[in-house]
Amino acid sequence: MELASPLDIVKNGVLSVQEYSQLAGRSVANLFGQPRYLTDTLQQADLIGVGSVPIVVLTGFFTGAVLALQSANSLARFGALSMTGQLVSLSMVRELGPVLTGLMVSGRNASGMASELGSMKVTEQIDAMRALGTDPTKKLVTPRVVATTAMLFFLTIISDLVGLAGGYMVAYFILGLDSYQYWNTAYQSLVYADVFMGLTKPLLFGFIVATVGCYYGLTAKGGTQGVGRATTQAVVASSVMLLVVNFFYTRLLMAVITQH
Amino acid sequence: MPDVPQPEAQTIVFDDVGIAFDENVVLDGVSFSLHRGETKILLGVAGSGKSTILKLALGLLKPDRGHIWVLGHDVTAMKEQELFELRRRIGMVFQESALFDSLTVRENVAYRLLEENIPPYEIEQRVREALRFVELEHTVDMFPAELSGGMRRRVAIARAIVSQPEALLYDSPTGGLDPVTSTTIIELVVKQRDVYHTSALMVTHRLQDAFTMATHYFDTKSNQMRPLEGGSNGQRVNLDTTFLILKDGKVIFDGTAPELASSPDEYIREYIS
Repeated sequence: MELASPLDIVKNGVLSVQEYSQLAGRSVANLFGQPRYLTDTLQQADLIGVGSVPIVVLTGFFTGAVLALQSANSLARFGALSMTGQLVSLSMVRELGPVLTGLMVSGRNASGMASELGSMKVTEQIDAMRALGTDPTKKLVTPRVVATTAMLFFLTIISDLVGLAGGYMVAYFILGLDSYQYWNTAYQSLVYADVFMGLTKPLLFGFIVATVGCYYGLTAKGGTQGVGRATTQAVVASSVMLLVVNFFYTRLLMAVITQH
Repeated sequence: MPDVPQPEAQTIVFDDVGIAFDENVVLDGVSFSLHRGETKILLGVAGSGKSTILKLALGLLKPDRGHIWVLGHDVTAMKEQELFELRRRIGMVFQESALFDSLTVRENVAYRLLEENIPPYEIEQRVREALRFVELEHTVDMFPAELSGGMRRRVAIARAIVSQPEALLYDSPTGGLDPVTSTTIIELVVKQRDVYHTSALMVTHRLQDAFTMATHYFDTKSNQMRPLEGGSNGQRVNLDTTFLILKDGKVIFDGTAPELASSPDEYIREYIS
């Protein structure tokens, strides 16, 4: 096997970023033109949103539960066990809810999109679609981006609520905390900025998951092996990108919130 | 553009087209034209760029040099968004059919009509008509995976012709099929040529298919393909069916069946023997 030169690697990297940016831009620009594929969007919303509810509920619940368990251990040392609800609430709403839901949806749907579109690409179905006068970015990409972005928002809300419930179960049944105390501290600790941060992140993450999944699918080549490779790359790239963007977005929002 | 014969008057014109994939030059200065009603058969060894010509004509690929006019439009100067409109006027049959595997035969054939928001009753009528043309009306509710290779190819033809395109591009429609099924497919191509007089570019590596097309006509009365000597006009060869042979990325022959048969070129003589 011939080794690629460093220059070629850099060129390919830059080209990939350019192609991805173009696809992401096109997926948004399509919203302002005809035709709009509403049926496809609703179908994707069902697949991505409703289909992801079980894993989001499970991960949210057990994350909230383990968070209560771990934090109680530390809080007890300072005699602040009653703050468990506050800690679970802030952690779930600001960070863990959106990030974990994003990662779960990435694992489930970025891979699904990459494999579905990748299979269509290698069997010439994407070319056939173009030959039939349909823009694949309008028909395939934009509905997935809209559906993922919208559904991740709602999935995050579910995850936050279920996570709080998980934390409550641990607080009430294992730690022996009072129900009112848990829910009261959990609710009182949240301010508008926390909710804003927690609910704008999924919009960003949904966009990343869908565009990365579609990008790897539409650029798949090399038969079934290529589809498998695209699927793996889509999950890895979208997960990493999601975590990196999460850091910078959190930093940005914190700076803005502090300023105001 | 002095040496190109009026692109507006032709269905497809290639003028000095060249394309390479990485270091591999696939087409190098290819020029030809397809006039209205003509069927041109592209021949050549595997990898000679036959399928690339079809993808270039549809604007699915962009050439490195040269110009391509399709139905009077320079596709090399058009953006992807502008090409969608033009592509709706052209039908393409892909090598492996490229049917949408999650859609039924009806939805596959109706795809373009659904995109154009045509009333459902008219869509159904036209889908049935196209499927009747390829004699597969009974498969309307089946999925592509339930069909044989030959049937999939026929559905792909139905999908290509359902919107009555001004030009048809066939990419190895008989590739990988048994001789009987291949003849059925060729009969459909001849039927489309003789009944609707649609201009067509057809890629094939089966020489017998090419000669069958040149020496047969479609008899609408008996609904069968028949040899031309039995035809009404007395001609033995269809002069609207021409041949184009590619070698090393260049056109080495572009002419009718009699011209091909009398070509002095050694490579061509060996190829057709």
